[in-house]
Amino acid sequence: MEKEKTGTVLRVAGPVVTVGGVMAAMYEVVLVGHEGLLGEVVQILGDKTVVQVYEDTTGIRPGEPVKTTGASLSLELGPGILTQIYDGIQRPLPGLADTAGDFLKRGIFVPGLDHEKLWKFEPLVSKGDIVGPGGIVGKVQETPMIEHRIMALPTMKPAKVVEIRSGNFTIDEVVCVLEVIPDSSSPLRRQSGEKRVEIKMHQKWPVRNARPSKERLPCDVPLLTGQRVVDSFFPLAKGGAAAIPGPFGSGKTVTQQQLARWSDAQIVVYIGCGERGNEMTEVLTEFPELKDPHSGRPLMERTILIANTSNMPVAAREASVYTGMTIAEYFRDMGYDVALMADSTSRWAEAMREISSRLEEMPGEEGYPAYLATRLAQFYERAGSVRTCNGQTGSITAIGAVSPPGGDLSEPVTQNTLRIAKVFFGLDAKLAHRRHFPSINWLTSYTLYLDALRPWHKENVAPDFPDLRTTAMAILQKESELQDVVQLVGADALPANERLILETGRLLREVFLQQNAYHAVDAYCPVEIQAKMLRNILLFHEHALSALKKGAPLEKISQIPSLVKLARARFEEQREEILDSLTKEIPAEISTIQTEAAAIAAAE
Amino acid sequence: MLRTRYHTISTVRGPLAFFTKTHPVGYGELVELYQPDGTLKHGQVLDTSDDVVVVQVFEGTEGINAQTGATFFGKPFTLPVTKELLGRILNGAGRPLDGAPAILSDDERDILGMPINPYRRDTPREFIQTGISSIDGMNTLVRGQKLPIFSGAGLPHNEIALQIARQAIVRGKDEQFAVVFAAMGITNEEARTFMDGFRDTGALSSAVVFLNLANDPAVERLLTPKVALTAAEYLAFEQGLQVLVILTDMTNYCEALREVGSAREEVPGRRGYPGYMYTDLAGIYERAGRVKGQQGSVTQIPILTMPGDDITHPIPDLTGYITEGQIVISRELQRQGVYPPINVLPSLSRLMGLGVGAKHTRKDHKSVSDQCYSLYAEGLELRGLAAIVGHDSLTARDRAILSFADAFEDRFVRQGQHENRTIENTLDLAWEMFGMVPENALTRLDQSLLAEFLTKSEAVETKA
Ligand SMILES: Nc1ncnc2c1ncn2[C@@H]1O[C@H](COP(=O)(O)OP(=O)(O)OP(=O)(O)O)[C@@H](O)[C@H]1O
Ligand SMILES: [Mg+2]
Repeated sequence: MEKEKTGTVLRVAGPVVTVGGVMAAMYEVVLVGHEGLLGEVVQILGDKTVVQVYEDTTGIRPGEPVKTTGASLSLELGPGILTQIYDGIQRPLPGLADTAGDFLKRGIFVPGLDHEKLWKFEPLVSKGDIVGPGGIVGKVQETPMIEHRIMALPTMKPAKVVEIRSGNFTIDEVVCVLEVIPDSSSPLRRQSGEKRVEIKMHQKWPVRNARPSKERLPCDVPLLTGQRVVDSFFPLAKGGAAAIPGPFGSGKTVTQQQLARWSDAQIVVYIGCGERGNEMTEVLTEFPELKDPHSGRPLMERTILIANTSNMPVAAREASVYTGMTIAEYFRDMGYDVALMADSTSRWAEAMREISSRLEEMPGEEGYPAYLATRLAQFYERAGSVRTCNGQTGSITAIGAVSPPGGDLSEPVTQNTLRIAKVFFGLDAKLAHRRHFPSINWLTSYTLYLDALRPWHKENVAPDFPDLRTTAMAILQKESELQDVVQLVGADALPANERLILETGRLLREVFLQQNAYHAVDAYCPVEIQAKMLRNILLFHEHALSALKKGAPLEKISQIPSLVKLARARFEEQREEILDSLTKEIPAEISTIQTEAAAIAAAE
Repeated sequence: MLRTRYHTISTVRGPLAFFTKTHPVGYGELVELYQPDGTLKHGQVLDTSDDVVVVQVFEGTEGINAQTGATFFGKPFTLPVTKELLGRILNGAGRPLDGAPAILSDDERDILGMPINPYRRDTPREFIQTGISSIDGMNTLVRGQKLPIFSGAGLPHNEIALQIARQAIVRGKDEQFAVVFAAMGITNEEARTFMDGFRDTGALSSAVVFLNLANDPAVERLLTPKVALTAAEYLAFEQGLQVLVILTDMTNYCEALREVGSAREEVPGRRGYPGYMYTDLAGIYERAGRVKGQQGSVTQIPILTMPGDDITHPIPDLTGYITEGQIVISRELQRQGVYPPINVLPSLSRLMGLGVGAKHTRKDHKSVSDQCYSLYAEGLELRGLAAIVGHDSLTARDRAILSFADAFEDRFVRQGQHENRTIENTLDLAWEMFGMVPENALTRLDQSLLAEFLTKSEAVETKA
């Protein structure tokens, strides 16, 4: 370890502190002032070092000491991380509450992981085995749902196991000792010391560096979410990136929370970045109660929360998305499918803007730093489906909320995000005001994964599933055009077949696209049931259309009792059975009306 | 303690004074400025280094010159906290306006406060009955929520806020709300309306009033909400009181923020407001809530007037991004003579779901609210359509829904300034109006609710 070096504070302006006489590296963590507030070097200007401080700087004066630590902002990764709630720089909030009470005081340091707790380590390698970069040497059953795989660092050279232990250990105890295999191609390497590698149950990783992987894999499996508008209309692939822009109150947070609850990811990292405290409380109180539909276990067992709310320090908010992403990568490297939600990436961008303007950097568009686009791209690039260094497959699906000022999508954060994200869930204030939820606009939203997911959908949901979507979308498109006409002349002026399109469009919107996040049954709708709902609605359309042609009146067709049943089915525990029986009832009821109509016509 | 007084002003710009050659001064320190004519002013350090210390002067820099002296207090701006705050009328920085002695207490709090640890927050879920149907029925307020009123110049937001303060109760509990009232840049007359209102109901003895009026220094109002919330947090989390904080008008606060930003020659964000305005406002609005294991709570009703009635203006926009919903006042309803002119469609209470239902209000509450929303939204669209194609070319169903929308404004939203409706009154009124539309248009109500409530109200109607 290098000797600790000290400098002094020259200037304090909000979260940005200028330091003289300290030779710290870029992104190195330093301790500022008598209280040792955590900060990170963000600029070096000749003999001056500029630091962003993760805590409130009130009272700090010129002349106070600044110490270097020799490390950049890093996380502790190991068992104990699941179910935790951290601030933006991985301080556990329960730990902070234990030391400081109900309010967050500054200058308190609590490690990210519990260093006392014993975990049962089960080895997965034996003496003599060769372990490659990031290789798994053992496991810990961290929660009943998740097995935590203990890995070598992904940067380690291949090595031979010389010692492996089994039993209960703290995360600081060595569980495996390896000897690096001499690299014959570079004989000089051998002398360089790093021969013996000790593996403990935790590792450190700097948050701003992406963890490496072997190769990128195609994204061709959907992340199933149980949300109809997502799974059926705008599916998201595991390893993909999605953006949810929308004005305030349009449903970004509820949508993200729905995905955090019901998606079939194995691990969920939920980042509350510059948003409300009560929203984190809601997740914290609810997730331990809610059951994961796939494993039946409490959702919290697979979840990690990062909460750096809007009133917490802005520099730590800037770091929070990297903290979340690094944790996601760590679990990806174990071979898991991880879903990461960041609410809201706009607040992260604003934190960048605030720091940048204090650094007096040249502002780009709307005052955001010129590197905004690069940072956003780098962040989303860390998502993906990969072959990990240890040969597993794992993925990170990143879903970012965007909060455009005034709901205006032309602003820089939205625009730069849309360039990267392949799925766009456009939230619409008009729909939200009408309480059409989720207020994802079906005409403006898109997904670029349709083609890649088609084979999976055909094989695993239903052969006609992609076609159901295409037909439904076409009807909705046509409905929207007809609505414009109706606004001018009224619905009565339209021919019956066009009025039928309005009717089917209404069914699709109100019955299929609307989904109540707060309803015990409707909140989660498996994709198989989604397919059945769609099929029934389109079945109605098809039969109604042919009945119309044979003279049956639309007024009667749209009054058939099975439509009411169809509308209510989604709220019923036996929704699947109801939908199955409707497949027979709908055509039967329409055909009765058609026969009646024919009889009347014949009588006349 | 002896403090050095510096006469080292180098520059004065807008509300800022720049001092050189001081001892090392802490960021955020409180400053006292002594003008040669004897005037005492206050300020706060915004930027500090050995070379120059930038001081934001709350009372404005008028009259400040090279002879002005400054002492630095070595601590940030604080408010002494004690139970004696109740019943007091103070200025925007917390100094007495009521002729009584200054607040004294050994316990002085930094007015910036500290963030509540999200892990220690408790979910707000206790229904507050305000007696106003468009709020209770449609956008329910719960204890610990921050729910702003988005208004416009000349609209009756003050009357509504007063009515809430007067009528608010948590049912089944007989605790009263202690009101913390913070005025920022409002007129004398508006302030008087509030004071009279509090006095009439006897609320003044359990209220703390902070007044920064239109003719008071603009920069001082940057302190006012923070001072008020420091008092509120103390009363809630240390004295166990249920505190209702009214902040008005946040627009004036934001204007002061902009003024300081431009004097500092910062790169402005949208429409000239500082890029950090979101963070700054969050530092105010997030100071609401409940804490686990604590009796008390802080409920916030900030009021703001939307410049140009534009909800996308940065002030309402950033507010809406932080608060837990909003109550939107509509000029159109005001013109139609409806009081309170609350437009429920853009209004929202995000915490409503937690505070309604069988456990808190009545089991039909959420469904009734959803049903009103969808019928009213549809009705308004039909009103537009009817204006084009004529009322007669609407179908019978559509005409019924249109009449519902009319009745909704006229009977449900409209009520007296002193009319205090129970939640049962409110919900029954909605059911009565549901009788106007065909049953198959009531898609948000399930069969069991229809059976239980709809027939009941029809019976009432036939009797009438
Ligand atoms: N799927 C849904 N089902 C039922 N209600 C919903 C749904 N989505 C949103 N809502 C309603 O809309 C409100 C606002 O949603 P949400 O908090 O997600 O908005 P937001 O876009 O995150 O806003 P902000 O940008 O201010 O955080 C919720 O409180 C809820 O009442
Ligand atoms: Mg949100």
